[in-house]
Amino acid sequence: MRVGFLHSLIRRDEKLLIQELRRRPGVELALLDDRRLVFDLDSAPAVDVALERCINHSRAMHALRLFESAGVTCVNAYEVARRCGDKILTATALAESGVPQPATRIAFTEASALEAVEELGYPVVLKPAVGSWGRLLSKINDREAAETVLEHKTVLGTYHHSIFFVQKYVEKNGRDIRSFVVGDECVAAIYRSSDHWITNTARGARASNCPVTPELADISLRAAESVGGGVLAVDLFETDDGLLANEVNYTMEFKNSIDVTGVDIPERIVSYVLEAAR
Amino acid sequence: MIACPVCDAAVRLSQDPVEGELLECPDCGCELEVLSLDPAVLGEAPDAEEDWGE
Repeated sequence: MRVGFLHSLIRRDEKLLIQELRRRPGVELALLDDRRLVFDLDSAPAVDVALERCINHSRAMHALRLFESAGVTCVNAYEVARRCGDKILTATALAESGVPQPATRIAFTEASALEAVEELGYPVVLKPAVGSWGRLLSKINDREAAETVLEHKTVLGTYHHSIFFVQKYVEKNGRDIRSFVVGDECVAAIYRSSDHWITNTARGARASNCPVTPELADISLRAAESVGGGVLAVDLFETDDGLLANEVNYTMEFKNSIDVTGVDIPERIVSYVLEAAR
Repeated sequence: MIACPVCDAAVRLSQDPVEGELLECPDCGCELEVLSLDPAVLGEAPDAEEDWGE
């Protein structure tokens, strides 16, 4: 079986997947660097399945669409990447599937965004629709801060920063949960703990094992299914009313989660990819 | 061992290096990318772009 590995930079996550693929008998690995690919709208590399591990969302999404158009099975699918890469589309998918999430508003002008912020009540979190690793998130505690941030985003940002995605701030008490879904199983989860309100491990949060309870598995699988399913990481908040799904990530990073959970996540991903190709 | 393109310190590749792999210079701490394997060439890793992430 010929497996295409769509990538740009090879981080530790990608290296672990490559090593796992190279260990599998009968697998021929084709490394496909997105910086060197040229598409002709007709053909694609001769692979049976493609595992997407691009670092750029825009490249990943378009490459997946082009690969699928040429008949290549992809993990994850283009539609999954499209929905997960845009927080507005993710929130819409979660809502359509009845998956609980923080109170959310979307607005297209400074004035309507301010109105939405005031209606939600402070504090709120303003997020770029496309972005990751906790970058450019704003926790807004009062009207003066809201006016300032909204004006700055409108004046200084590119056009998509004027599509305002606002969430009611959820008090996390120093941690949130990231669960890992592979196919129809929630294989592992971690707590991400930090003194900062942003709890991404990319921003220094500490990872520790989180038991996969039936409630956690249920909401994780429902969130994953809502965006189309596959290999996905779901970020969740614990609240007095139960778990809330915050984000769903389609090129999930897992390197900090293998040792603390004891789950060989790259092994699970590769098994899923090989099964998808059959 | 290959010279770091930033500080000229000696950098060791991993046991099974791959083009595109990220390394950190043990001396200056710069993030480096394996640009090619034969011959082995290192360059500075690109800066994060707006749509980078998960």
